[in-house]
Amino acid sequence: MKKHLFAKLSLGLGAAAVAGLALASAANAATELTVYTAVEAEDLKKYAKAFNDVHPDIEIKWVRDSTGIVTAKLLAEKNNPVADVVWGLAATSLMLLKEEGMTEAYAPQGVEKLDKKFVDSANPPHWTGMDAWIASVCYNTVEAGKKNLPLPTSWQDLTKPVYKGSVVMPNPNSSGTGFLDVSSWLQLFGEEGGWQFMDGLHQNIAWYTHSGSKPCKQAASGETPIGISFAFRGAKSKNDGAPLTIVVPSEGVGWDMEATSIIKGTKNLEAAKKLVDFTITKGANMMYNSGYAVVAYPGVAKPVKNFPEGITEAMIDNNFEWAASNRKRILAEWQSRYDSKSEAK
Amino acid sequence: MDSKSAHKPYLKITDLTKKFGEFTALDNISLDIFESEFVCFLGPSGCGKTTLLRAIAGLDIQTRGSIEQDNVDISALPPTERDFGIVFQSYALFPNMTVDKNIAYGLENRKLPKDQITNRVRELLDLVGLPEQGIKYPAQLSGGQQQRIALARALATSPGLLLLDEPLSALDARVRDHLRGEIKDLQRRLGVTTIMVTHDQEEALTMADRIVVMDHGLIEQVGTPEEIYGQPRTAFVADFIGTMNFIPGAVTAAGTVSVGQSTFQCDTTYHANGAPITVAIRPEDINAQDIHDGDSNVVDAEVKSLEFMGSFYRANLIGPTFGDGDVHADFSVNLVRRKSVAVGSRLPVRLPAEYVQIYAANGS
Amino acid sequence: MTETSAPLSTAQPPLVKEKLSRDDWIMRSCMVVIGLFLCVFILLPLYTMLSKSVENKDEAFIGLANYIEYFSTPALFWSAGNSLTIAILSTVIVLFVAFIYGYALTRTCMPFKWFFKVVALIPLLTPSLLGGISLVYWFGNQGVAKGLLFGETIYGPIGITIGSSYWVFPHALMIVITALSITDARLYEAAIALRTSQVRTFFTVTLPGCKYGLISAGFVVFTLVFTDFGVPKVIGGNYNMLATDVYKQVIGQQNFQMGAVVSVVLLVPAIIAFSVDRIVQKKQVALLSARAVPYEPKPHRVRDMSMLVFCLIVAAMILCMLGMAQYASLVKFWPYNLTLGFSNYDFDVMDGGGWDAFWNSLYMALYTAVIGTAVIFFGAYLMEKGRGFGTGRSIFHMLAMLPLAVPGLVLGLSYIFFFNNPANPFNFLYGTLGILVIVSITHFYTVSHLTAVTALKQMDPEFESVSASLKAPFYKTFARVTVPVCTPAILDVSMYLFLNAMTTVSAVIFLYSSDTTLASVAVMNMDDAGDIAPAAAMAMMIAYTCAAARILHAGLTRGLLKHSQAWRNR
Repeated sequence: MKKHLFAKLSLGLGAAAVAGLALASAANAATELTVYTAVEAEDLKKYAKAFNDVHPDIEIKWVRDSTGIVTAKLLAEKNNPVADVVWGLAATSLMLLKEEGMTEAYAPQGVEKLDKKFVDSANPPHWTGMDAWIASVCYNTVEAGKKNLPLPTSWQDLTKPVYKGSVVMPNPNSSGTGFLDVSSWLQLFGEEGGWQFMDGLHQNIAWYTHSGSKPCKQAASGETPIGISFAFRGAKSKNDGAPLTIVVPSEGVGWDMEATSIIKGTKNLEAAKKLVDFTITKGANMMYNSGYAVVAYPGVAKPVKNFPEGITEAMIDNNFEWAASNRKRILAEWQSRYDSKSEAK
Repeated sequence: MDSKSAHKPYLKITDLTKKFGEFTALDNISLDIFESEFVCFLGPSGCGKTTLLRAIAGLDIQTRGSIEQDNVDISALPPTERDFGIVFQSYALFPNMTVDKNIAYGLENRKLPKDQITNRVRELLDLVGLPEQGIKYPAQLSGGQQQRIALARALATSPGLLLLDEPLSALDARVRDHLRGEIKDLQRRLGVTTIMVTHDQEEALTMADRIVVMDHGLIEQVGTPEEIYGQPRTAFVADFIGTMNFIPGAVTAAGTVSVGQSTFQCDTTYHANGAPITVAIRPEDINAQDIHDGDSNVVDAEVKSLEFMGSFYRANLIGPTFGDGDVHADFSVNLVRRKSVAVGSRLPVRLPAEYVQIYAANGS
Repeated sequence: MTETSAPLSTAQPPLVKEKLSRDDWIMRSCMVVIGLFLCVFILLPLYTMLSKSVENKDEAFIGLANYIEYFSTPALFWSAGNSLTIAILSTVIVLFVAFIYGYALTRTCMPFKWFFKVVALIPLLTPSLLGGISLVYWFGNQGVAKGLLFGETIYGPIGITIGSSYWVFPHALMIVITALSITDARLYEAAIALRTSQVRTFFTVTLPGCKYGLISAGFVVFTLVFTDFGVPKVIGGNYNMLATDVYKQVIGQQNFQMGAVVSVVLLVPAIIAFSVDRIVQKKQVALLSARAVPYEPKPHRVRDMSMLVFCLIVAAMILCMLGMAQYASLVKFWPYNLTLGFSNYDFDVMDGGGWDAFWNSLYMALYTAVIGTAVIFFGAYLMEKGRGFGTGRSIFHMLAMLPLAVPGLVLGLSYIFFFNNPANPFNFLYGTLGILVIVSITHFYTVSHLTAVTALKQMDPEFESVSASLKAPFYKTFARVTVPVCTPAILDVSMYLFLNAMTTVSAVIFLYSSDTTLASVAVMNMDDAGDIAPAAAMAMMIAYTCAAARILHAGLTRGLLKHSQAWRNR
């Protein structure tokens, strides 16, 4: 609280100190939670509003970035944590934090109602899932038509020379989507086969992006014919009128959960618990459903418009524990193979 | 002089030294200045005169030595705690303020009532002869007018000491001559003790009660304008003020010096027999004679060239007496006409003993 | 007689120690405060960064291990090579164009000069990313003029070079114009009198005359491009550069130690360029003769018309950059739905911080302009006109020159190291708008400082002496004389700070928090998320704000000069 007071005070530097004081005292009325998230920005206001309808006395201060960055930030702040709660970060990342001893064990009220897949196996659990987001390929029919690119139906298709320079994918170092792609390929094709596949894919990649949604947005606007992204983003762009076909590669698709956890050492544990309780309610899950076809609360999910059919069946049997504990090694390997080779065209 | 030295000096400078790093700008200067006196610091650029003025003002405080003003030791005081008004060559008028505001600036700092300030400003504008210019900005005035306003501003608070730092140097010759008289007149009327720094000897000679001639951080001579001009104590002063002929020679006996092939009389009080000396005499002190009357101070000369200077002629004389060099002598137009002096003329000239100065050769 | 200057005894009087007046105490305290400001907000952060680069993750000293690790990766050589290539290429292009453009503006009778002057300054009003975004719309895979690239991709060296050249152009042009306008007309008269051919005159008089200006412009352009990361971020594709490497290390992997190492590497050429520029500038001053006669060009139809064509082309390119960003930001869904609308300006539903980011930027820029101008001008005044602390004042001047040599990215990163340490008493600043204001002030300190010093040097040095004799405290004279007389320069400084604070990305990219996202950062983040049209929209909002500020500034300056015409010497 004290830190916050200073922050507000310095805001008023040079301007009216009176206004600054007023701000500070106004802020004192509510508890403020610093919440780290990788949820799409457009959803954050909605989430905060829904929560504040129930708990008007707790104010959420969002810190949003790509999955990789939020994860790296949390790890970097390990000894001096800033976040109170993480709401909406890849489960693999939260498992990593759990391994590092950074998460608080807490069984939120009603956790037993959730699908078991969506809850940490420890008791009490360290994290609870919200929804699943699933890899898929955005294929721009107009641009592909111009370049005579056939519709790819599998991951292996994307390594064919015909797609050279036509594929965009997220950089797994910064993007959670990028990481789940890479980890799923390593699980699908085995360690050796996976890297071999990526070597082939790398030949066709036009550029790697910072965020996971950008490849699909670029496919939607025709900047690239094919973007490796996630299903929800594709559905959304298609709903906006983009000439997209959303492909579910036949080998199966990687996926990850968005999950929630309390950071150990938070000074606002009570408020943090209230927030986490809220995140697993039926209402919250209904809210997640507007963007995600698969949510943690059974029986809530309604179909999302333009969401690719059969994608739930294609979700691989993801070994999150493996992905989490090998995350660092995989990323380093990826970096040395593809990132330093600058002029990959 | 004597009447003044009877009472205590108003400003007493003792053993003042100012160093800028290794460079000595003022070397152990001592000087007394009396109430209501107009003193000029005169010297070539870099002689230390401005440094001395700034030390008196407290703008650049001396390294060693003391300054007393009106019996108070002000040696270490910052300028704001001293009592002086100052005028600079650049006028330093505040360009964004009217003349009135400029003059009132110092008065406002004294927290005087408004009407009193207004009256005082009016009084000062009258004093400097610019009663109608109060509402103008400095840029709208001529240089001479601006300098008068600067003077009025410096005098506004009735300081005990007025410091003028080359106040006339930026002005046209005509304006300068005019203002010279005005400043002097004003100073006399107000009786304010005044120190002016100048490199212009004419300015010093016409305005000062006393002149302090400085060179290389040292005082060469202090005296009235007549003393400085008539009896320069050093070769430097002699050379710096007016025009002076220098002829190398030696003392042959008390009261006698030899120069070139001749000897003549002059005061040799401070010089030993046989000492090498320089003989100095001003061109206007060399008199053309009708005949060589046997006086040892009358020597033969030949006119090498003749330069018309308007009110007089400057003749370049050569002769056995003057050694290898030549000597300037000023002849009136009348004389040149009367005696038909022309290039190549030979005529005897007198070097009057009372106007001949001698200095030890090689300075000191 | 009363004079004596002969040493009477060998005993010297004691040294005089100046008694300090209340005024002196206040002045010296102010000097100490501003000196400390520079130390705390420039020197210490840079020191922290240097020390970070020789530490491991647990903050133990490991010597040059980080450097050895970095230098043993081939990535460095790729990136350094790429950065050098782009910087040199852009420098050559920009110098060439800026010289001809500047020549046309100063040495010819080309019509519509005012128009070309205004257009040339447009890039100063936009974040450097705007060029990159526009290029995507012009030459990207869906670009309207894609064919002009003959199959080459804009994502990479071509895009970076064009984008960089666009935004550094006015920086070079201003220096070139200054260099060209100080040449002595009499040299040309002499050349004509000697029947020198025009070509020979150009090579023997014109070019040597502005040689130092060109060198200086070259170094400025080189440093700006070498250390910029906005353009390569947007349009660089997979073409790695040192500046983007820092960003990837720090933001992407939170590897601060490696970020510090790359920063130090980035600092080296910037400091070399800075030092060379300083030396060159000194020579330039020496060349200037006070009696130079200004050059008045005479009409020359062929020359004037060909210059007009050249300038039209350049101006058209600049306007195309801006125009495309404006157009694209209004298009609903490029390239499939070209109907116009304002949906991309609905920032609140996008990544990047929404309209709050815009307002934050505006406040931040205003605070920077107001506080920065006050601090910088007062600091320059104390340094230039103050009494006492001679050595301290020279050190102050050196400190004030330092930020020019420090790339924004490096400064921003060193701020993280310094302020994010909980043990630092200034830690409370971290994550606030305050730290953004401070970093913007320090980042743009040098040019503002020099502007203020130049204005102060033009004032009569005796004002302070006169005031002291009139018993006016220095702050009174400062407020009543110095500030009014220097108001045009003060307005210039505040304008400069405002524009830069509005458009900068590099210094603030590491320092914003979720509460204090800035418009320029939002542009980058929206582009990152693939929302390129909203990114263009936000960039245009910045451009309009800056343009409005510029117009306001021009109006204020004109009004002020009119008002003070009575006393101001023109």
